[in-house]
Amino acid sequence: MHRYLIRRVLQALVVLLLVSMLGFSVLHLAPGGPAAIYAMTPTMSAEDLERLTRQLGLDRPVPEQYVRWAGGVLTGNWGRSYRDGRLVREVVVDRIPATLVLMVSAFTVAVGLGLFTGIVSAVRQYSLFDHLLTFGSMVALSIPTFWLGLMGIYVFAVLLRVLPPGNMGTIGADFAVGDLLKHLVLPAATLGVVMVATWSRYTRASMLEVIREDYMRTAQAKGVAAGALILKHALRNALIPLITLAGLQLPLVFSGALVTETVFTWPGMGRLFVDSIGYRDYPVLMGLLMLTAVLVVAGNLIADLVYAAVDPRVRLS
Amino acid sequence: MLSRFVRHRPAVASAVIIVFLGMGAGFAGRLRLPDPIQIQMTHKFAPPLSQGHVLGADELGRDVLSRLLHAGRISLTVGVAAMLVTVTFGALLGTLAGYFRGATDAILLRITDAMLSFPPIFLLLALAAFVPPSLASMTLIIGVTSWMDVTRMVRGQMLALREREFIQGARGLGASGGRIMLRHLLPNTVGIIAVAATLSVARAILLESYISFLGYGIQPPLASWGNMLNNAQSYFASAPWVAIFPGIAITLAVTSFNFLGDGLRDALDPRHVMQR
Repeated sequence: MHRYLIRRVLQALVVLLLVSMLGFSVLHLAPGGPAAIYAMTPTMSAEDLERLTRQLGLDRPVPEQYVRWAGGVLTGNWGRSYRDGRLVREVVVDRIPATLVLMVSAFTVAVGLGLFTGIVSAVRQYSLFDHLLTFGSMVALSIPTFWLGLMGIYVFAVLLRVLPPGNMGTIGADFAVGDLLKHLVLPAATLGVVMVATWSRYTRASMLEVIREDYMRTAQAKGVAAGALILKHALRNALIPLITLAGLQLPLVFSGALVTETVFTWPGMGRLFVDSIGYRDYPVLMGLLMLTAVLVVAGNLIADLVYAAVDPRVRLS
Repeated sequence: MLSRFVRHRPAVASAVIIVFLGMGAGFAGRLRLPDPIQIQMTHKFAPPLSQGHVLGADELGRDVLSRLLHAGRISLTVGVAAMLVTVTFGALLGTLAGYFRGATDAILLRITDAMLSFPPIFLLLALAAFVPPSLASMTLIIGVTSWMDVTRMVRGQMLALREREFIQGARGLGASGGRIMLRHLLPNTVGIIAVAATLSVARAILLESYISFLGYGIQPPLASWGNMLNNAQSYFASAPWVAIFPGIAITLAVTSFNFLGDGLRDALDPRHVMQR
């Protein structure tokens, strides 16, 4: 176990190194480069621009810039935002709670609903419910998240006027849990739809596999009640492969959060990313790219380790 | 195999829908529809079935149906072309990793892992924002950020195939590495590549719509399903049809390609019954 752990952690570190290099190259090799935004300021003279470029170190070769940036990140200095000069770390960390609230609530609903529908679907394979669910989850996986959000706003905020169309709270009002929840319903449901579909499909497939196992027939022959058979004998084993799904799903959830936050003007990391792209705010973009990638890599690593710990059949080599 | 595919009813229905969407896009110019970029302010927000607009008109009085069909041309083209890039890249890297194993495999695998660690939209947006937007650049950046799944699938298949007797036989007869890869290994992965290709068309159409919706993809006045929704949010109250139809078109196209991929997979591998 220890050797496996060490190897996996080392692999994760290599991946993160590559991630930072890829991310940095994508942003810095683009035409115009980080200085392009300043060149658009009308009051900026050529000399000022050159001085600024030198000040920010943008005249140095990209590899050198990378090393300087990476050194900074490792010592806790992520640089300053081009937009307002605030520390990137603060700008990014400020946005984490909003995204976390959105993702966790969507995730909770999705896992609960996905497991339930997946189990029913597997137990009643080829029933009408199963067919409808299979069809429905495929459609849910194919709907563009932003359009689903738009339709949600149209129906519940414009037509029915029962839910707010965006933001995290009523503007000008003091913070209240009820107010937050009301604003959370639509974005969380929008983000949750794709996740429910995935969880339901995986649960169904995993349950179907377990149900066919010999020990299930043995248990049935011994006279185990149907409910206990499904919940205790089948579900517990079917859940194991689903652990990795939680990790694998993270990149897509972040992507979904970006789109959802944009549609619902939710002040999270995704919207910060979209805004920062508009401002060509390279340090913030880089910080966000790295942070999400670190979370994804860590999530997958944890999922794999939990998987290995839960399932004794997994041999670590 | 064909009979197994035909039995997958959603897949067959999807194939029919795709043909219709393709024809709609292909013949968009020949149908007697209003010009998709012709601005006509007197028709602003004309509701469906009025003033000669079957699906209504948008904020500039342009015909929604005509725009929808022309946008389909763009979106489907990007979808299929990006798929070609994805599959070429993915199959190439997957074959190399699976055939050579060792250091080549380890390096390619870590790069694949690194690419998979970025949330797809984040990477795509970062690229799209800095490259002048065009059909070709959209296709290329979707392609170069989507090859990872294909690489992994092809690599897995290669690792299994390369130990089989017929490969050993070919090697024994003195076939070169390149020949073994191209003539013996790759043809045996056509099945999984076909499935991956179909699913990646769905993914590419979806990604294009996200990027164009966010304003960094296909630029107006050229219509794509995504950019038709770009301003839709502001016109909800007055003209919901402007927002509703493009979304239906995207959902229809993406669902169809996904079902088609599913059906292909079931047809190619009868043991594999929906396990994604």
